[in-house]
Formats: sequence, C-alpha cells, structure tokens
Amino acid sequence: MSEVLAENPVLSYLRQDRLPHIWCPGCGIGTTVNCFARALKESGLDMNKVVVVSGIGCTGRVAGYMNLDSFHTTHGRPIPFATGLKLANPELKVVVYSGDGDLSAIGGNHFVHAARRNMDIMVVCVTNFTYGMTGGQVAPTTPIGATQTTMPYGNFENPFNLPFLADACGAVYVARWTVFHVRQLARAMKEGLAKKGFVFIEALAPCPTLYSRRNKLGDGVDQLKYYKEKSAIKNGADTKEAALSFQGDIIVGKFVDRERPTWLDAMNRHYSNVFQGKYRPYGQPYGVSNAKD
Amino acid sequence: MSDSEPAKKGKGAVFVQAEICKGCSYCIEFCPTHSLEFSQEFNSKGYHYPVLAKPEACSGCDLCGLYCPDFAIFGVRIKEPVKKP
Ligand code: SF4
Ligand code: SF4
Ligand code: SF4
Repeated sequence: MSEVLAENPVLSYLRQDRLPHIWCPGCGIGTTVNCFARALKESGLDMNKVVVVSGIGCTGRVAGYMNLDSFHTTHGRPIPFATGLKLANPELKVVVYSGDGDLSAIGGNHFVHAARRNMDIMVVCVTNFTYGMTGGQVAPTTPIGATQTTMPYGNFENPFNLPFLADACGAVYVARWTVFHVRQLARAMKEGLAKKGFVFIEALAPCPTLYSRRNKLGDGVDQLKYYKEKSAIKNGADTKEAALSFQGDIIVGKFVDRERPTWLDAMNRHYSNVFQGKYRPYGQPYGVSNAKD
Repeated sequence: MSDSEPAKKGKGAVFVQAEICKGCSYCIEFCPTHSLEFSQEFNSKGYHYPVLAKPEACSGCDLCGLYCPDFAIFGVRIKEPVKKP
C-alpha cells in the first residue's frame, strides 16, 4: 500500500472552522500564512508558548486564523501589545503579524522603538503597498508613480524602505522575500522563530483587488510573475540599496543576522551590575536565577 | 468538502479541497512539472479548481501546497510503489 497522508499539513495550525478565509482570490496574504504554518511546524516550538498579535487591516486578520493564542489589537498597536506580552511572560515566543500600513504608518513609532530596544519579538510585515481593507489608500510603502484612491494621479511621496529602517534602528535579523519565494520565506520565518531579539521579515504580497486593479497590473498571479522576473537574491546586501520602485527591480534575501543583547537581557545585566546581589534578574525560571541570595 | 481521491500513477499525488479553492492559479502556474490544470467544472462559489492533469509527472513536491493562499491543495510523495492486490 502506498502511504498517503490525507490531511493538509498546515491545517492543524489554522482555525479550520474559520475557513474559507475572507481574503480575495489571489491575495498574497494567505500564502504568507501558509509559509508561516510550515515554519511553525518545523520550528520545534511548543505551540502553547507561541502567540500571534496582529493590528488592523487585511493582514490584521491573520491573528484570527491561527490556531494559537492570538490577539487582534487596535490599529498600529500590535508591537506595543506584543512588548507587554513578552515582558509579562518572557517564556513566550511572540510574533507580530501585520501589514505595511499598520506597522509603518499608524504603528511606525512603535516599530522604530521596538527595533531600537531590541525587543525580543518577531515581526512579519506583509507589504502590499496599500490599505486593502479600507479601499486602497496610499501607504508609506506605496512606490512613486503608483496610483491609489488618495493619489489618483500617481503617488509622489517618497516611500519607506522597510528593511533599511529596521536595520538602521537595530533589528538583529532583517530579511525580505516575496510570495513567489515561498521556500525562502518559510525558511526565514523558521530562522526568525529561533532568533532572539527583534526580527523583521518583510513579505511582498499582491493585493489584486485594490493595488493591482487600480494600477492595471492584472491578477495576483501576474504580480508573482513580476516578482519572479525582477527579483535578485542578494543575501547580506546593504539594506540602503534595497529600496523599491514601481514594478522595478526587487532585492530580496537575508540582509542582517547579528547579535545584540535584548532589552530584557540588557536590563538584567545593568541592574545586576548596579545592585549586585540585591537584584533578582527578571524573567528567568524560578529557582535558577539569583540562587545565592 | 471532502478531499478528492489522490491519483496514484506517478511518484506523487495531490489532494484538492475544491470547495475552498478561489481559482487564483498560483498552484497551476508554479508547479515545476506543469502537472495541474483547471477543472472544467465550477465549485459552488463559481471558481474553477485545479485537477491533476498529468498524474505521471507529479513529483509530490508539495510546492502547490506551499503556494496556495487558500490551503485548498497539497501534494504528497508516494513512498512505496502501488502494488496490485
Ligand atoms: S483587499 Fe487586497 S490585501 Fe485585502 S484581502 Fe483583498 S487582495 Fe488581499
Ligand atoms: S506536488 Fe509538486 S509536482 Fe505535484 S502538482 Fe504539486 S507542485 Fe506539481
Ligand atoms: S493555489 Fe489554491 S486557491 Fe489558487 S487555484 Fe490553486 S488550489 Fe485554488
């Protein structure tokens, strides 16, 4: 007999009663979730200790579909919520999963400071260059020249290069892949889950309903063909060079992988030095830390 | 919403949950062995879904499963050759 596994390997990571999901046909968000489920499967982590936090927007719906403890927070606030979760329960693996608008516009301030402080969270940013849920407004990532409902004659604002921003603020792991690069994206997410510190993974994904349609770029699959044609893999590339332009070349890869003390480690080390034996390091298992007092 | 029977001629097989497919064609476009094509039939939402048109070519690599934004398809490798009873 042939051995055939009849259940989709990702289904146990999803709330199956919520499927089919609300995302449009050809929306890239679902593919990133597929990659994330596979990364979770291979991570070896205890799923009772993994938490997903999302903000508002189409990508903000991810929290509602993961079969994990998950939180759907207010607009732009998944990072501060995740920071609180992590600091209250340092044994948790906290993943922020949200869109480019939520993370870099409404939540932009939280983003830069969590990276600066090296908060031990993994941030997955699905970048589709627009606000899908609210009707296709211009986002801080919208490339110059792309048309949006609030930029009917084409965008003239300089967009963020998010890997560069994360790198400059001090993230310890920075990668960008597209929804065409499914294996690499799943591997980056697995590496991110194993990494300590502020991890930033940008996943370029099509929004066929608003971004592509308004810019006459075809269906979701046409955007994947564009990613395939115009992406160059440059691991270790200078993030400064990774800026995106409208339907232009895309630099993908793992750009940054370095070590820095996390906020919690830095605090514990600092107060241990200042207060010597009187300080009980926070967030370490009972009975292990500070045993000599 | 039951999975279709896997085709067992080649080294791989795919399962398609036709009812949750949205017909985006990611799986068909990026199957490395070009084994899939759209069904003639519609599902109840009105989408064509993938069918394994070349079962002998499918390697069971599950790339279709990884690309699918709707978790509607996955591939498996068949470990043992299928024996006739
Ligand atoms: S509006 Fe865009 S981002 Fe939102 S679900 Fe539809 S395709 Fe995806
Ligand atoms: S398992 Fe691989 S070869 Fe088979 S249909 Fe899917 S992508 Fe194609
Ligand atoms: S990738 Fe999934 S949703 Fe898209 S056509 Fe294939 S099975 Fe259907």
